[in-house]
Amino acid sequence: MLFTDLLKETVASLTANKVRSSLTILGIVIGIGSVIGMISVGRGAQQDIESNFQALGSNLLMVMPGAQRAVGTQVRSGFGSASTLVLADAEAIAGAVPNIKNVAPDVSTRKQVTVKGNNTNTSIYGVGPEYQAVQSLALTEGSFISSQQVKSRSKVAILGPETKTTLFPELPAAVGQKVRIDKIEFTVIGVTVAKGGSGFGSSDDLIYVPLSTAQQYLTGSDAVSTINVEVQSAELMSMVQQQINDLLMVRHNIKDVSAVDFTILNQADILSAVSSAAGIFTLLLGAIAGISLLVGGIGIMNMMLTTVTERTREIGLRKSLGAKNKDISRQFLTEAVMLTFLGGLFGLLLGWLIASLINKFGGMTTAVTLSSVVLAFGVSGAIGIIFGYYPAQRAARLNPIEALRYE
Amino acid sequence: MITCRHLIKIYKTGEADLKVLKDVSFSLGRGEFVAIMGPSGSGKSTLMHILGALDRPTEGQYEFNGQDMFKLSDNQLAEIRSQKIGFVFQSFNLLSRTSVLRNVMLPLIYNPLVPKAERQLKAQAALTAAGLSADRWQHLSNQLSGGQMQRVAIARALVNSPDLILADEPTGNLDSQTGEIVLNTFQRLNRRQGHTIVLITHERYVAEHADRIIKIQDGQIISDEKNFNRRIV
Ligand SMILES: Nc1ncnc2c1ncn2[C@@H]1O[C@H](COP(=O)(O)OP(=O)(O)O)[C@@H](O)[C@H]1O
Ligand SMILES: [Mg+2]
Repeated sequence: MLFTDLLKETVASLTANKVRSSLTILGIVIGIGSVIGMISVGRGAQQDIESNFQALGSNLLMVMPGAQRAVGTQVRSGFGSASTLVLADAEAIAGAVPNIKNVAPDVSTRKQVTVKGNNTNTSIYGVGPEYQAVQSLALTEGSFISSQQVKSRSKVAILGPETKTTLFPELPAAVGQKVRIDKIEFTVIGVTVAKGGSGFGSSDDLIYVPLSTAQQYLTGSDAVSTINVEVQSAELMSMVQQQINDLLMVRHNIKDVSAVDFTILNQADILSAVSSAAGIFTLLLGAIAGISLLVGGIGIMNMMLTTVTERTREIGLRKSLGAKNKDISRQFLTEAVMLTFLGGLFGLLLGWLIASLINKFGGMTTAVTLSSVVLAFGVSGAIGIIFGYYPAQRAARLNPIEALRYE
Repeated sequence: MITCRHLIKIYKTGEADLKVLKDVSFSLGRGEFVAIMGPSGSGKSTLMHILGALDRPTEGQYEFNGQDMFKLSDNQLAEIRSQKIGFVFQSFNLLSRTSVLRNVMLPLIYNPLVPKAERQLKAQAALTAAGLSADRWQHLSNQLSGGQMQRVAIARALVNSPDLILADEPTGNLDSQTGEIVLNTFQRLNRRQGHTIVLITHERYVAEHADRIIKIQDGQIISDEKNFNRRIV
């Protein structure tokens, strides 16, 4: 039996019962559509997270005080409470570990910030000039903290864009304005560009001041909250991480690995942990939507079984005319696959529509990727084969004589 | 062309086995027109299914063109049906809502020996031989009268130029006048084109259109005679 004959026979039998074929296809359309739509939400979230991390700067290691924890379990709490890292540690890293581009320690705290008429409670980061490169910070106005200002403990501040809006809602520019942080007056020398997102320290609601200034006036100790280390290339990350670890263990006089009083977070590890969490989220959404696909598949099987029963005489006739078992099973399998394939095609359109609607009215990033398109056709084809196989086998195995007798 | 020796067919039913054919033997030469006649339930259709390679006997020997059919696989039997045998059924068994031409071409899609380009011509030739006028060829099968439908079915049986045509009660669903036309068609195919035909019927009148009448009763042949005063339509 030629393939073109097979297609012709298939089209003829599917169009012989247009309403039933359409309803069966609709089941698959809804199934594939919801899978594509849901996966697009998950993928969108994943892409959001990844681009947030990209904005944080690349090849970054973060050394933090506090005990070691598995990445991804508890990223934030527990850090910063201890004060085992000091500025001298940062200087030692910069001096002793090779393949490092920048070492940027910071100290963070939360303080009340006031200007005339407005006040807010926000994060204050004491940083040095290297911090700008490490965190890829750009400024909308003014300039970043200089090493001169660190050396002289200048009372100058860089505002995050949100903080700027909170404190100076009316003013187009904030440079030159005075703010009071913990009752101490600072002069604004710059405002950063919005980064969006809510990842690690990438909030737009914060204030940067010189590290030395923060330590002297705001925290009153030599401790630092984080030592950000920018490594020269991604391949060197784990080596540098190991070297920093060894160095700090010597400096802190720690012999036992389980007793370390600092944690080194690798940005790549965090990224992969978070995006694998998002991947699981995607999978979960897809699985929930997959249930409706399963229902659609059962619909296909139901229709095919009905068709086989209704067309028992036709099957007997075809066999008497010389059709082999495989001709019959192929015909019914092709019908099922054609139904699901059409369902996949329209389901893809529906899924894409759902994704754009969620994006437009739900305010969520959605992404219909090539892999979901491949998935749509792959899965719908597979559903056709899986749910069409049994009915097709039943048709092929019919005894031609009984089939001809069938009323 | 056909030799049957001691054919036995037993149907396994719930309680007792049903012996439908009990030791049937006969042979058939090329170009013969034979009627198999017997009352309802005597095993005629069962015999026809075996002759047509749709079924296998429980015991016995069936040779078709010198080939022992018992030894063939299902696929080989399907090939024999496709290339050597044409069936005509009592209830026509046409695909409804499908054109006459497509119905007649249907067996050709299962016969790889006929090139695609020849299908249409073969179907038209078969329709002409079966006596259906050309203005009906594009009609849908369900728009035809019973007699016309049976002629489409005969054309479908002819389209592969089979060695043997098997017709099971082909006039059973027709009134006597259209029945006559169909029987005449068979006579013409036998006389003018040399087709070998086995006509199955329970009616003496219908059987008398053939050249030879095999009478069957309770699964056994009770007589096998030449029919010298054949009815001419
Ligand atoms: N598949 C089957 N299973 C059981 N009994 C059958 C089957 N086919 C036919 N029979 C029985 O075999 C007998 C002969 O049937 P059949 O060959 O159709 O007779 P005819 O065509 O002469 O009327 C009948 O009694 C029928 O009920
Ligand atoms: Mg019968």
